[in-house]
Amino acid sequence: MTLTWMAWTWPTAVFFATIFLLLAAMCVWEYVSPGGNPRFGILRFETTRGDRLFVSLLGSAFIHLAWLGLVGPNLWWALALSVVYAIGVFRYV
Amino acid sequence: MNKTWNNKAWFLVLPVMLLVMFSAVIPLMTVVNYSVQDTFGNNVFFWAGTEWFEQMLNSRRFWDAMGRNLAFSFIVLAIQIPLGVFIALNMPRKGWGVPVCLVLMALPLLIPWNVVGTIWQVFGRIDIGLLGHTLAALGIDYNYVRDPVDAWITVVLMDVWHWTSLVVLLCYAGLVSIPDAYYQAARIDGASRWAIFRYIQLPKMKRVLTIAILLRFMDSFMIYTEPFVVTGGGPGNSTTFLSIDLVKMAVGQFDLGPAAAMSIIYFLIILLMSWVFYTVMTNYDSER
Amino acid sequence: MAGAKDTTMTLRDGAATTPAAREGQGTIDRTMRRRGAESRFWWLVPTIYIIFLMLPIYWLINMSFKTNIEITGTFSLWPQNPTLRNYMVIFTDASWYSGYINSILYVAINTVLSVAVALPAAYAFSRYRFLGDKHLFFWLLTNRMAPPAVFALPFFQLYSAFGLIDTHIAVALAHCLFNVPLAVWILEGFMSGVPKEIDETAYIDGYSFPRFFVKIFMPLIASGIGVAAFFCFMFSWVELLLARTLTTTAAKPIAATMTRTVSASGLDWGVLAAAGVLTLIPGALVIYFVRNYIAKGFALGRV
Repeated sequence: MTLTWMAWTWPTAVFFATIFLLLAAMCVWEYVSPGGNPRFGILRFETTRGDRLFVSLLGSAFIHLAWLGLVGPNLWWALALSVVYAIGVFRYV
Repeated sequence: MNKTWNNKAWFLVLPVMLLVMFSAVIPLMTVVNYSVQDTFGNNVFFWAGTEWFEQMLNSRRFWDAMGRNLAFSFIVLAIQIPLGVFIALNMPRKGWGVPVCLVLMALPLLIPWNVVGTIWQVFGRIDIGLLGHTLAALGIDYNYVRDPVDAWITVVLMDVWHWTSLVVLLCYAGLVSIPDAYYQAARIDGASRWAIFRYIQLPKMKRVLTIAILLRFMDSFMIYTEPFVVTGGGPGNSTTFLSIDLVKMAVGQFDLGPAAAMSIIYFLIILLMSWVFYTVMTNYDSER
Repeated sequence: MAGAKDTTMTLRDGAATTPAAREGQGTIDRTMRRRGAESRFWWLVPTIYIIFLMLPIYWLINMSFKTNIEITGTFSLWPQNPTLRNYMVIFTDASWYSGYINSILYVAINTVLSVAVALPAAYAFSRYRFLGDKHLFFWLLTNRMAPPAVFALPFFQLYSAFGLIDTHIAVALAHCLFNVPLAVWILEGFMSGVPKEIDETAYIDGYSFPRFFVKIFMPLIASGIGVAAFFCFMFSWVELLLARTLTTTAAKPIAATMTRTVSASGLDWGVLAAAGVLTLIPGALVIYFVRNYIAKGFALGRV
C-alpha cells in the first residue's frame, strides 16, 4: 500500500494543515467560551461562529476563483481581499 | 425537543465519521492535489500551479456545460413542481386507490438509472420504440439521435417521467397531514376551491415543497447516467452536462489536472447550494 | 383520512383523529369527493399520470417477450409469438446472472453497514448537543448532495491502494458515502418523534445504554429502521457510476453488464429488455412494504 498516487505537494499540504488548524482552533475557542456566540446578523438568521467560519472559507474560495477567471494568476491580492471579507463576515453576519 | 449538552455523544458518531471520511476526505484531498499538477501517468507529477483553474474558468466548454445544466434544472423544475402539486391535489385520500397510486407512482424511482436510460432509449427509437414510431406515423419529424431539440425533449421528458413522482409523494404526505377540521371550517365558510388551496393546502405543503424543490434542483444538477445512456451527451455536445463532461475528461481523456480543477469548481457550487438547503431546513425546524 | 394507515404518515402530529373529528366523517367524505374542482372526474388526473408512467415500462416488458426478429421486423403492441428465450439466456449465462448476484450482494452489505453505523449516530444527533454537531450534520449532508463524478476520479486509486478493487466490499463502502448520511437523516427524523421521557425512565429503571437501545428503543423506531434500510437498498440499487468504476469482472453489477452488452453486440434488444425487466422486480417487491412511509423517507424523515 503506497500513497504516491495521492501526489502530495507542499502547497496543498500547507493548505489542508491550515484548514485543520483552523478547525482545531475553533474547538479550543468553543471549549474556552461555549455556546458559539449565536446572533442574528445581516443575513437575517441565527449564525454561530462556526457558521461564520464556513461562510468565510466558502466565500474566499469563490473570491479566489473569480480573481483567477477575471483578473489574473496573482492570487495574493485575492487572498488579501478574502481576509478583508472574512473579517467582515465575523463582524457583521 | 430540548437536548442535553454531552460531548460523549461524539463516541456514537465516530463510526459514521470514520466510514464517510474514508470515502469522502481522502478522495477530496487527492482531487485538490491533482488540480495543481500535471501528469503523464505512472504517478509522476509536475507542479502546474493554478493553470488548470484558469484554463477551466476561461473555457467555453466548461461554461457551456454549466449553462446546459442550469437550463436543464430550470426546465425540469418548472415542469415537475406544478405538475406534481396538481397530481397530488387530485390523489384519492382513502380507499383502495391510495396504495395502488402510491406503489405505481413510486415505481420509476426504484429503477436503476441506466435502465431508465435504456427504457427511454428504446421507447423513443423510430424503428422499434412506441413513442418514436407513433410520432413518425403521425408525420412528426422526431429523431433524438440526430436533432438536438429532440434530444433535449427526450431527456426532459425522461426526467419528468422519472422524478415527478417524488414531488407528488412529498406533496401528498403534506396534504394528508391536514386535519379534517380545517376542511370542515372551510366548508362552513363556503370557501372556494381556490381559497382552500391558497389558505389551507399551500401553507401545509410549504415545507415539503421546499424539500422537493431543493432536492430536485440538486439531483438534476448532478444528472449523469440517464442522459449518458440515452444520448451519450450528443448529438454534438448538446446534452453534455457537467457530470458527463467531467467523466469524459477524467476517464476518457485521462486529463487528470483539468478534470480535478473542474471537480473542485463543481464541488464548491454544490457546497454553496447544500449550505442554502441546510440553512433553510434548520430554520424551518426551529420555527416549528 | 381516519384510517390507521394514513395516521402513520403523520406520526409527528400525534393523534390526528379525535372522536369529534370522526363524527363529521360523512360530510367530510362528501366534501372530499367534491374537492376535485367540483367534478366527478378527479380520478382522471392520477389515471392519466399512471398510464404515462406505465407506458415505457410496458414497452420494455413487451419487448422482453419478443424475438429479435419480431422487435426489429414488425411493429406490434403485444408479442405475436411470445417467447421466454430472452429470459432463458439470462438465467443460463453466468456472465448475466452473476451480475444480479453481485448487485444483490453489495447492496445487502451496504444496507446492513449503513444502518448499523447510522443508528448510534442518529441517536446522538436526536438526543444530545455536542461540540460541532450542526456542522458535522451539514458535512454529512454535503456528501449526500455531492455528485459521484467529483469523487470517482481518485476512487479507483484509493480502493486499489487498499487492495479492494473488484470486490463487493469496495462498492458497498463507496455507496456508504451517500447512504450513511441519508440513513442518519431519516433515522434522526424518526427518533425525534420518540419522547425523551422514555429514555430517562429506562435509565432510572437501571437499563444500561446498549440494553436500552436494543430492547426498548429499536422496537419503537422499527418502522424508521425499515424505511432507512429501504432507502439504502434503493440508492445502492440504482447507482451505476461508482459501481462501474470500482469493478472489473468479479463483482460487476448487473447495471454495468447491461451497458457493456449494448455497446458490444448492440442488437440483442430482447435480452437487454429482459435484463431491464428483471432489475425492476426487487424494487417493485420492496416498495409495497414501505408505501406509507416512502414520502417521509424522501423528505429525510421530516414530513
